[in-house]
Amino acid sequence: MIYGLRFSRAVRGVWAPWGTLLIAAAVLAPVAALIWHALNADLLHWRHLSAYVLPTALRDTLILLAGVAVVVSVLGVGSAWLVSAYRFTGRDFLSWALLLPLAVPIYIMAYAYLDILHPIGAVQSIVRGWLGYTHPREFRLPDVRNMAGAILVLGFVLYPYVYLTVRAMFLTQAANLLEAARTLGASRREVFLRVVLPLARPAWAIGLSLALLETLNDIGASEFLGVRTLTGAIYTSWTTRSDLATAAQLAVTMLVVIVGLILMERKGRARQRYANTQRMQPMRPRLLRGPTAVMALMLGLAPMVIGFVIPATYLVIQAGKRLRHSGLSDALVRALSNTVMVASVATLVTIAAGLMVAWATRALRESAARQPARALARLSSLGYAVPGSVLAIGLLTPVMLIEHFFGQVLGAQQLVLMGSTGLLVIAYTIRFLAMPIGAVEAGLTRVPACLEHAARSLGERPAGTLWRVHFPLIRPALAAATLLVFVDAMKELPATLLLRPLNFETLATWLYAEAARGVYEDGALAAIAIVLVGLPPVILLARAHLYFGPRH
Amino acid sequence: MVKKSLGIKLAGLSLGIIGMLVNPQALATEVNLYTTREPRLIQPLLDAFTTASGIQVKTVFVKDGLLERVRAEGTRSPADVLMTVDIGNLMDLVDGGVTQALSNQTLEQAIPANLRGSDGRWFALSLRDRVLYADRDLPITSFTYEALADPIWQGKVCIRAGQHPYNIGLIAAKIAHDGIAATQAWLEGVKQNLARKATGGDRNVARDILGGICDIGIANAYYIGQMKSAAAGSENRAWGDAIKVIRPTFASNQDGGTHVNISGAALAKHAPHRDNAVKLLEYLVSPAAQGIYARANYEYPVRAGVAVDPIMQSLGPLKADSLDIAEIAKYRKQASELVDKIGFDD
Repeated sequence: MIYGLRFSRAVRGVWAPWGTLLIAAAVLAPVAALIWHALNADLLHWRHLSAYVLPTALRDTLILLAGVAVVVSVLGVGSAWLVSAYRFTGRDFLSWALLLPLAVPIYIMAYAYLDILHPIGAVQSIVRGWLGYTHPREFRLPDVRNMAGAILVLGFVLYPYVYLTVRAMFLTQAANLLEAARTLGASRREVFLRVVLPLARPAWAIGLSLALLETLNDIGASEFLGVRTLTGAIYTSWTTRSDLATAAQLAVTMLVVIVGLILMERKGRARQRYANTQRMQPMRPRLLRGPTAVMALMLGLAPMVIGFVIPATYLVIQAGKRLRHSGLSDALVRALSNTVMVASVATLVTIAAGLMVAWATRALRESAARQPARALARLSSLGYAVPGSVLAIGLLTPVMLIEHFFGQVLGAQQLVLMGSTGLLVIAYTIRFLAMPIGAVEAGLTRVPACLEHAARSLGERPAGTLWRVHFPLIRPALAAATLLVFVDAMKELPATLLLRPLNFETLATWLYAEAARGVYEDGALAAIAIVLVGLPPVILLARAHLYFGPRH
Repeated sequence: MVKKSLGIKLAGLSLGIIGMLVNPQALATEVNLYTTREPRLIQPLLDAFTTASGIQVKTVFVKDGLLERVRAEGTRSPADVLMTVDIGNLMDLVDGGVTQALSNQTLEQAIPANLRGSDGRWFALSLRDRVLYADRDLPITSFTYEALADPIWQGKVCIRAGQHPYNIGLIAAKIAHDGIAATQAWLEGVKQNLARKATGGDRNVARDILGGICDIGIANAYYIGQMKSAAAGSENRAWGDAIKVIRPTFASNQDGGTHVNISGAALAKHAPHRDNAVKLLEYLVSPAAQGIYARANYEYPVRAGVAVDPIMQSLGPLKADSLDIAEIAKYRKQASELVDKIGFDD
């Protein structure tokens, strides 16, 4: 009791608003630095950009985003509905296995498929054998290095973002709404189109925006597959032309467009309410038997096989070849423990910060500070809308100022923050904070205000209400966010590469170093390790919270 | 009571984590190397240096943003030596003011004057020539970079992204030789001849030649050493065995040299272990270290009289383009804009 009271005072009093302010400031600092870089130069280069770079880059980026959006939505919402609305052999397995592609870094997926589908790769060699050709010069299939290839590769790795959020939504969805619709004579198809899909929209929007922002963040895979995106243009301006100002201008422009799109989507459902006063329970799945059950299983397996089993098998085969040559090096084991350590700490910090921001917004919902609190939550989510490499560069400027303070005012002899793992944790938190904020908010939209009012009128304080009423209800969403932050932090590359300490490798930087040497396949061991580290959290959280969660 | 001890435990744990998260103390017997070059490539060199000198080398591989990071670190930067694999990137560090001038006899005697800054702000450590990979069965024995644009190669040329520093270096060299208009016409011709999108890496050129996608392509020479020395039966070996290497020249250049880029290094402006840094640089141009560059990495030593690897030896002696290496860096921006302009990577 006493603890609850203290905690509630903390939320109402000082901690949450100030903490939220501090978090928002930390996120805004690198963005502000980018804007400063962008304003620090003229716009002369834009003539070149608008004539030769932007038309192609914008077109390719939009096609890529649209294509990925279609693929992840169909796969994500479809598979979530499949495992939520139907019961068939293998469904329990699928409900967590569908998340597995999350553990595969996008560029690994791209490399694996290019290798498998290359004219001298396994698939085409077999096809040539069937057709009686002996040499690729006589017969070969079209190259995968094009837009369609990029859309499919990205779509099959990124659909779990949509699956995860929409599945969490289906699990806490009021079954009675569906039953009501059925009672009123709606067919199953009508229920899906007119009740399920609209209800899933907030979760779908969040999952989709995560997937699309990951698409924009990607440089490796799209470059590898020959697609020129806006992110690639930013990167080229900065690295090849050493023109950080133009890169910053492009990045800020892209940020404005992204924020605009997100605001439009929010405005689109601003007048809708998703809360439900009934006891929430998952829908009762319909039992499938015979051929339908087999078909359902096949449908559910397809995305997971393409997005995980095939690339993972490829990696295992490649890693097996390397292990025979070199064995498992100590350095790789160190990289593994570094990765787990930094990603775990970063996940804890990010989830705590996300909870604080989302709770403060909720707690202040009926006070005068409502608008500022909401604005702070939006601003705190900005980190995910900036490509990681650009965000890391933006972060250097505020860190430089802080180091200046340490050096000049406190007399530090050495750098304190720069090149420390602490800075990596800060960078990951800034970058991934949108995930817990988004997940918690989406969870809270379905908690009706009257539950809160009831709790309050029974004498519970706001924080107590959040803790005892809301927290159990948003647990699946929170578990999903924890998982996403951890696997993304574990795979994070650009910020890690730029900001890490001396003699410090994570699995992602190790893998990247192999790739930079031009020997991707030697990185197979590190890639396997990334996948393996990603598996336990995927399985654990999927089993503990997603599958069993709603029964409590 | 229970809660209190839990609190203490938590406090201890947080202190432990904070301890892990802030920077450790620096040691006097170490040297800090910031590199855009993958450190494991030079690990044999660094290990040999540690054995010889007792100085530990700490590395951080910063692919992009090395300049920005060192700048942000300011006067307390732990960086001692900065290393890159492209003359353009090295000149960026010099122009960005994060290197310091170094007047050193050992370095000046080992490195020819055209491969180091006259003010001692940068030093080349190895040469890397950009060559033609051709299908082993093609009857060609000599080649010019200009011939890449010859219509007889339509749909038969493979190359990595035009915006990659290695290609930017080559295009910049072409601009330095023949001017921007001729380079544009040439690049448009090469674009016409591409068999696939300009993407991937240099070794993909060999793989795609084996896969029948293209007949010829441009790549760095040292990959051939890696591929041809790979274990028999491995994929790399198969790729390497599918091709032969020809050193192209620029048609307009009378002495007929091949385009080379460098790997190089500079002394960081605020190097806290300056003496150790100088020792490391001196070691890297020693006959022993230059031999490791040549035999472990298949690159060309900057130091005269160091034997190269037999595989590279079989390509004949390298005759490098006589163009001043720093000249290439000058035209880099124009080269990059040209790549955009003709949509080379589209």
